Amino acid sequence: MNAEYRHLISEGLWNNNVGLVQLLGLCPLLAVTNTAVNGLGLGLATLFVLVASNVTVSAVRRWVTPEIRIPVFVLVIASAVTAIELLMAAWLYDLYRVLGIFVPLIVTNCAIIGRAESYASRNPVPQAAVDGLAMGAGFTALLVVLGALRELAGHGTLLREAQFLFGTGAAHWKITVWPGDHGLLLAILPPGAFFGLGLLIAIKNVIDARRAGRAAQPVAAQPATAPTA
Amino acid sequence: MKLAPTLRAPLVLGLFALAGALLVAGIHQFTAPRIADNERRVLLRGIHDVIPEDAYDNDVLRDTVTVRDPRLGTDEPVTAYIARRRGRPVGIILPVVAPNGYGGAIHLLVGILADGTVGGVRVLSHKETPGLGDKIERSHSDWILAFTGRRLGDPPAARWAVKRDGGVFDQFTGATISPRAVVRAVKNALLYFQENRERLFAESAEARAPKP
Ligand SMILES: Cc1cc2nc3c(=O)[nH]c(=O)nc-3n(C[C@H](O)[C@H](O)[C@H](O)COP(=O)(O)O)c2cc1C
Repeated sequence: MNAEYRHLISEGLWNNNVGLVQLLGLCPLLAVTNTAVNGLGLGLATLFVLVASNVTVSAVRRWVTPEIRIPVFVLVIASAVTAIELLMAAWLYDLYRVLGIFVPLIVTNCAIIGRAESYASRNPVPQAAVDGLAMGAGFTALLVVLGALRELAGHGTLLREAQFLFGTGAAHWKITVWPGDHGLLLAILPPGAFFGLGLLIAIKNVIDARRAGRAAQPVAAQPATAPTA
Repeated sequence: MKLAPTLRAPLVLGLFALAGALLVAGIHQFTAPRIADNERRVLLRGIHDVIPEDAYDNDVLRDTVTVRDPRLGTDEPVTAYIARRRGRPVGIILPVVAPNGYGGAIHLLVGILADGTVGGVRVLSHKETPGLGDKIERSHSDWILAFTGRRLGDPPAARWAVKRDGGVFDQFTGATISPRAVVRAVKNALLYFQENRERLFAESAEARAPKP
């Protein structure tokens, strides 16, 4: 794997994560992450739209002049979202009913038009596809982690309602970590989403700061060793 | 041929609009039957929760009557489904709204058997609080099953209420508003049915297609 792709992947998953760093797409991010499975469902739908939009925008970038690029992006994204919505209604109807309005609202996720404008419209198709995949995967991972966190705190379970995404066989995937109805109600209410996201952003920043600290140490140590050298 | 930029831009834009429309139209064509089938399946699943599947033999989804009454909780006309067996009415499935839930309207499906007994009640959608009001859902508790087999007179009208209001139906700890709204809505639906029974069962008589 060449350095370009590696860079794209680390940007999408971590360094420039759509939700944790760019803070885009927060409306669906906060709204549907009350369970891990809901998060995964919306995350995957967003990922498909991102890849489809990035590939299309990149493929046509030579014909699209700057003055019409925004309406073209909007058309491409709206078509992709409508297509995904219809396909979900046909094959994942239960999940489609749970996610409701947030599937068509993928259209308003600024991350998608953001990637089209800032990356896909200036780069070749394979790179644009990888960028879409990495950004989508980073967003999906965040939705799943936040969903799992809120579900665990609020319901005491993990993977509840997995059958909506994986078929009736998955109904028993649900893991009850602590039984009964003694969850932290706040976690599954809208404020819980803000607290959860804030916590995850803080954790990411701490990890980054530690890493930066470690990377800086040898450099910092250099002046001390310099005189003896 | 080299087009002037002023012509080229709208042309490209138009082509994109056309391509997008074609894509969506194609996928719509391809998925429409499946989506219609899903909607039908979910509706039937709901109906079978409130009227036993083997109690009727007609095509309930086509044996409908459109009604409008404030006691159904909405000013909009609603579609009720009539279940029949060998042409005789066995029950009605009424979509009912409980307007005064904690988080707003609670949408219910109420099945009433021909003799006025409740066949079953289910919540279709609601905005009650998870962990508190959402115990009205069958997937969260058995509470909603308490209506099955009840009718006006059992319990008597004054006791068609939650226990806190002197009735027979449980409320939840710390959440009385949601159950109260549901109990009221079911009671109103029963009152409506009692008064309109003959008309409801007669009106849809033309659509007595057999079960497919
Ligand atoms: C954040 C919050 C959410 C609530 N959600 C509900 C609800 O969904 N359904 C409900 O009946 N009561 C809900 N309540 C409680 C009601 O405000 C009210 O206190 C209760 O229904 C009265 O019941 P009680 O008299 O048995 O305490 C909620 C309260 C709070 C603070």
